[in-house]
Amino acid sequence: MKKLLFNIWVCIVVLGVQSATAQITDKPGFGKYAITGGTIHTVTNGTIEDGVLLIDGEKITFVGENARISSDYERIDASGKHIYPGFIDSRTSLGLVEISAVPVTVDNQEIGQLNPNMLAFTAFNPHSAAVPVTRVSGVTTVISAPSSGIISGKAALMDLWGYSPDSMAVKKSAALVMSLPSANRRGWWDNRSDKEIKEAYEREIKEINEYLDKARFYDQMMTAYTNDPGGKKRPDKDPRMEAMREVINGGIPVIIGVNREQEILDAIEWTKDQDDMRFIFYGVNEGWRVAEEIAEAGIPCLVNTLYTPTRGYDNYQRPYQNPGLLHEAGVKVAIATGETENVRNAPFNAGYAATYGLGKEEALKAITINAAEIFGVEDLLGSLEEGKQANLLISDGDPFEPLSQIEQVFIKGYKIPMDSRHIQLYEEFLDRDAVNK
Amino acid sequence: MKKLFIILFLIAFGADLRAQEAGSVLIKNATVITVTNGDLENTDVLVEDGIIREIGQDLTAPKGVMTIDATGKFLMPGIIDAHSHLNTVDTNEGRNPVTAEVTMEESVDPYDVAIYRALAGGVTSIHLMHGSANVIGGQGETLKLRYGSDQDGLRFQDAPRTIKFALGENPTRVHGQGNGVQPRTRMGVEQVIRDHFDEALDYKRNREEYLEAKARYDRRRRGTPPVPVAENLRYEVLLDIIEGEILVHCHSYRSDEILMLMRVFNDYGIKNYTFQHANEAFKVAPELAKNGAHASVFSDWWAYKFEVYYSTAFNASILNANGVVASINSDSNELIRHLNHEAAKTVRYGMTSENDAIKMITLNPAKQLGIDDKVGSIEEGKQGDLSLWSGHPLSIYSINEMTFVDGTKYFDRETDADDQRIEVSVDADYDSAQNFEKIISGRQEQSCMEDAFYLLEESTLQE
Repeated sequence: MKKLLFNIWVCIVVLGVQSATAQITDKPGFGKYAITGGTIHTVTNGTIEDGVLLIDGEKITFVGENARISSDYERIDASGKHIYPGFIDSRTSLGLVEISAVPVTVDNQEIGQLNPNMLAFTAFNPHSAAVPVTRVSGVTTVISAPSSGIISGKAALMDLWGYSPDSMAVKKSAALVMSLPSANRRGWWDNRSDKEIKEAYEREIKEINEYLDKARFYDQMMTAYTNDPGGKKRPDKDPRMEAMREVINGGIPVIIGVNREQEILDAIEWTKDQDDMRFIFYGVNEGWRVAEEIAEAGIPCLVNTLYTPTRGYDNYQRPYQNPGLLHEAGVKVAIATGETENVRNAPFNAGYAATYGLGKEEALKAITINAAEIFGVEDLLGSLEEGKQANLLISDGDPFEPLSQIEQVFIKGYKIPMDSRHIQLYEEFLDRDAVNK
Repeated sequence: MKKLFIILFLIAFGADLRAQEAGSVLIKNATVITVTNGDLENTDVLVEDGIIREIGQDLTAPKGVMTIDATGKFLMPGIIDAHSHLNTVDTNEGRNPVTAEVTMEESVDPYDVAIYRALAGGVTSIHLMHGSANVIGGQGETLKLRYGSDQDGLRFQDAPRTIKFALGENPTRVHGQGNGVQPRTRMGVEQVIRDHFDEALDYKRNREEYLEAKARYDRRRRGTPPVPVAENLRYEVLLDIIEGEILVHCHSYRSDEILMLMRVFNDYGIKNYTFQHANEAFKVAPELAKNGAHASVFSDWWAYKFEVYYSTAFNASILNANGVVASINSDSNELIRHLNHEAAKTVRYGMTSENDAIKMITLNPAKQLGIDDKVGSIEEGKQGDLSLWSGHPLSIYSINEMTFVDGTKYFDRETDADDQRIEVSVDADYDSAQNFEKIISGRQEQSCMEDAFYLLEESTLQE
């Protein structure tokens, strides 16, 4: 009898272990947590040594030096550790692309030039192998953005924990993603005359302006009908135009990808005529050349640092310095890798910005609160404050340092299993069983 | 008149003279990361005529030798990138699965400003490689980044010959999918290699028999002259591989294809080879260690194509822990600018020691290129390839301040000019950004496949 019980017990253990390894990660924890003893980098309210941070459900309920912690809190001793808000990557393809060289797994580029009704939220795969790989590195929230045509669709602001896009979305519709035509030569092979380039540019800009005017008219028409349907014929619904309404009302910002000096200046000129819309620039590789102009236009910039200089004669460190030079001129900057599977490198992009002029404090803002402000979620994310959503990380050192370990991540109050395919492969193969050739 | 001639001569050939010149320098009071002998604090390193003469304390500079005060700074061996296409003119000769005869020798652009930008990141040597379109591609060139010299001035003297092999998706796409010839599968890749090795060995036998018969005929002048077996450069190179005169660097991803090549090489007696990329090398680390095979891997790139989907950023750490000589490479003009931080990630991913992390971008790639008796660590008698950092080179807050090749300073942040191009096109309209360069960030481009995409463009095959 004892033996039978033992066998049953063995079976339970073995099956239990097997089912645990069959899933990508374990279950998260959720409830009440007290993180004590660590250095809390609040971002908005300075740094607290030997601090206390309480989490109750989805929210942070206390950040400070002393608190009475009741016995129903699970305590996490963070002595000698650092607590930071979860990092935000302001532009990625995470969840939309699984393997970029395999087209059937690429869902960020719909066909067509004008697709304001495409929602990245819809295509976001919560179970992408890249999601756990990313979040265990302390990046807890990303903008996932579409990227084709002139109007690519709408980017979603996603937390990196959950089983459905709905449960992960901080904002299903966080921004419209757009490209403007370029008045630059495309490269040495582009043999159009200056006049032809200018004409093509003006023609394309005109088409975009007409599209926006059409959207404005549609919005007026729909608003007029909604306010007073009496006696009028109900206008036909146009899904694309419908999708533009929150854009032309300034409800959500427009992310415009611009890199060259001339493109940036042209984009600034163009945005001046769109009073009813809000703009964000993305890329901005040559932003440092026209930082004053960008600052004057009041357009925040989503930038990274790890790319090669744009012109042959550029100094080698300009990409590293770009965020610092933009900030110095008064531009609000946030870190955006533009990556998919390696969004986990966002903190290192911030580290480069910090080293080459932006400074640690501003670099930290660029990957936390600035991003939250740019996308209008500063009441929820981007700093460690009472009442905010519990997105945070605990590290054994400076999280911009590749040498540091990110030890624990919380997303929306969930204590995330610090596991991913990369970690599982490590654990399986570090000391491969010699018996199993 | 004579003076004028000398001046003109210097103007015309100045860059080349600089390249040939080995420098002397005394770097004082640095923390010296020797790689082979630990980190030495407050230590001086004296380089004379390109060679590290002395490592110690309170060294004095011989007359005329520049002294640099490096108090509070870190001196490490120059970074070596075992996989680069930094300044190639052509990368792939993609029309045949085996093109062992082609080389990077004439494909070196000495004026590419990318060389300077790599120097700024502390890199002193690169392995300039053929692409991965072919199963047996072309021969590589090991270069020292003596920016300002000509093609010959960049060559790493007495570095062993190398050749690029490629397994998996790239050769099967280019040849099977793109051109309708073998290999289309991983089965085909193995047979292409075996067929060509066998042909080369038959060629050798036939050629030797012919040469002997010809010598006999030439001596005696009797009977029928033998039918010539023409000299074949492709087979000659393949034979040099079999005879161990050329080090193989093999583009590979999946563990099964890595095992396949080791089986093939064991059958032909080929030793001392390196798997490049090798994203799944960690799965067969014991086999790699057993065969003495090396691996040169990315620190964290994965998922950009299917054959790297089941890979891990812990790859290098697993290999290292299993006794495989592993290096971190860039294969990118962007990553090469901060290979120190790519190596630092092995500490985060797998708790590799800091010294082993540094080794992965210095001594280990040197071993893989067969130049570890010359560079890769700071030791007396080795060549003076060094880089000086404001702090520990694995910290993200450290900046490379100076880079030396053969004791000659090729990068100095203090005197770094805004425009470091050597070759300036006078008619280019730079201000309008007409020459806006292809920006490289992350793995947007498969640099290994450059010049080969045209083969795929017209193919109607689905991915």
